[in-house]
Amino acid sequence: MQRLQGIAVSPGVAIGEALVVDNEGFRIPRRFLPRDAVDEELQRLERALNAASAEVERNRDRVQHQLGDEYAAIFSAHLQMLTDRRLREEVADLVRNRHYSPEYAVSRSLRRYAKAFQEIEGEYMSERANDIFDIEKRILRNLLGQRREELSQVTSPVLVLARNLTPSETANLNPQFVLGLATEVGGPGSHTAIVAEGLGIPAVVGIGGFLTDVSGGETVVIDGDQGMVILSPDEETLARYRHEVEEQRSLAAKLEQLRELPAETTSGERIQLLGNIEFPAEVQQCLDRGADGIGLYRTEFLYLGRDDDPSEEAHYAAYSEVAEAMRDHPVVIRTLDLGADKLNTLPDPEDERNPFLGLRSIRLALKNRDLFRKQLRAVLRASAHGNIRLMFPLIATLLELRQAKMVLADAMEDLEEAGVPFDRDMKVGMMVETPAAVVMMDMFVHEVDFFSIGTNDLVQYCLAVDRSNKDVASLYTASDPSVLRLIQMSISAAKKADVPISMCGQMCGNPMYTMLLLGLGLRSMSVTPAAVPEIKRVCRSVSIKQCEKVAKRSLALDSARDVKTYLKEELTKVFPEFPV
Amino acid sequence: MRRRHERLSMDMPVVERTVKVTGEHGLHLRPAEVFSRLAMSFESEIQVVYESVCVDAKSILNMLTLGAAPGAEIRLTARGADAEDAINALAQLIENDFENPQTTRRDADADGAP
Repeated sequence: MQRLQGIAVSPGVAIGEALVVDNEGFRIPRRFLPRDAVDEELQRLERALNAASAEVERNRDRVQHQLGDEYAAIFSAHLQMLTDRRLREEVADLVRNRHYSPEYAVSRSLRRYAKAFQEIEGEYMSERANDIFDIEKRILRNLLGQRREELSQVTSPVLVLARNLTPSETANLNPQFVLGLATEVGGPGSHTAIVAEGLGIPAVVGIGGFLTDVSGGETVVIDGDQGMVILSPDEETLARYRHEVEEQRSLAAKLEQLRELPAETTSGERIQLLGNIEFPAEVQQCLDRGADGIGLYRTEFLYLGRDDDPSEEAHYAAYSEVAEAMRDHPVVIRTLDLGADKLNTLPDPEDERNPFLGLRSIRLALKNRDLFRKQLRAVLRASAHGNIRLMFPLIATLLELRQAKMVLADAMEDLEEAGVPFDRDMKVGMMVETPAAVVMMDMFVHEVDFFSIGTNDLVQYCLAVDRSNKDVASLYTASDPSVLRLIQMSISAAKKADVPISMCGQMCGNPMYTMLLLGLGLRSMSVTPAAVPEIKRVCRSVSIKQCEKVAKRSLALDSARDVKTYLKEELTKVFPEFPV
Repeated sequence: MRRRHERLSMDMPVVERTVKVTGEHGLHLRPAEVFSRLAMSFESEIQVVYESVCVDAKSILNMLTLGAAPGAEIRLTARGADAEDAINALAQLIENDFENPQTTRRDADADGAP
């Protein structure tokens, strides 16, 4: 048994078969062969090894010719490895005697070597593990050929283990069969974390190198509460975790009963509960869990993991799919909220020492008008198919908001002239996620139709903490009194001017904060689909008066710790059995 | 990585020698490649022992797992008809810092040979 500690980014426990995804998205199943297939499979293995050797030989000759012996040496070494008689014996032995599939046998043998190299002291040898992975990939490519199994073709429940899931890989996953995610890199704000939350499956990121220790098909436990991944768990550990999974299931069944019931407090206030999504496919999960609409549609996925800008049609197809699926329910589309470093089509900013304070989000959009206009046109066109609203992220000044609205007005005019249908009364709002925006709320209220508080960035900019920096991540907390005050100011200013305000950060997906937020006057929240039932349950169990008391008391406390302790106590009073 | 005992006649000559690995990184990728390739050109079964781990000299992967650093003393053992030639050539290769394996096999000084 091997316990690996990472960062918990999405709660819950999952037990299942490992699906190891390498950089090329290979899936190596641990498949056992029927006895009579062994000879044929051995021949297939032989052919793949020979084909791989021939490839390397060609590479070697080409490099030797172009660059000289020195550069060709690495290929000579790879060739020597591919023809290594011990390796061939070991792999053939696993196929012949243990009936492993050639894919699994190759991967297993080579990974043992990679691990042995990594254990040798000194950087030089541990880097040789990469040579092994290179060879592994080459053999597998030849073995799998046209039969190469795509992530999208997974047909049984698995836990996905990867170095880092790219957006296109995540998009290819079939959510029906993915029970949990674990990655070597990444932090709380990483793509994997957001996707896992969206799917409502346990996830652990930032584990560090561990993929060499695991082969596809082995039983693995992902503990998203403790941020732990357990390889080859022993019987006792397995039993304990199976029990936890059972408990999770019974809680989920309880929450399921809430689906058709409204999020209404005991004192009769109807709370709007919306879902956050990243992919059109997540709409179904929002509907299944009884969400009132989409409070945050992150559009970054459309831009990531590609070498060109998404076309207006690609934007339009995604947005109209969501709009149509949600029918009359509101869908809030947030415009591009990325840093320049994440977009392959834009040059890397030259002097980006503080990316979070740099050229990102609305600033990037305003500097790349063509990119921005394309997205706005698509949103407008999609608005003809449903109840779409547009939201600008990271607004800090009124000037930025006005510029963004001007680009929007231009796009509207163009569509008008071209006779393309769109919703002329589409509501336009902004995120409240910079302290500057909070302070200027009394002026912003005259220029937007709605607000949404983005707590993730608001906490970061308020406390000046980068939560992906592990040295200071512990300072990052939404329960800090300063954050509570900014939220209070935002809600009061919006209410005073009678402009709707919602919240879409991770804070409102945590049941610990629900009473506080209701008490501060918030009546609309947008959370990951998985959190909808839980938050609804809290709403349905409390009165506004009770919540106002909680809010008042919280605002009088002077430390994040005291606030947290107090809020946990209050929640426990309402649900003695609630796992906080 | 497992050592497999070859069935070889006891009459076959056995030659052993201990040599010191030099070079910047010790027995790294390129030396291991040259070494195992040269070993393969002999019929004899050749083993390399370092820190009580014994591996097949004809396997580059096995050679690399030794992690023999510069200065490491490794013992070469060959068993077979051309054992003498094999040990001479391999020892020479190591002494020459793994350069030019194709050069003629001169008779190396018989230091440490039994």
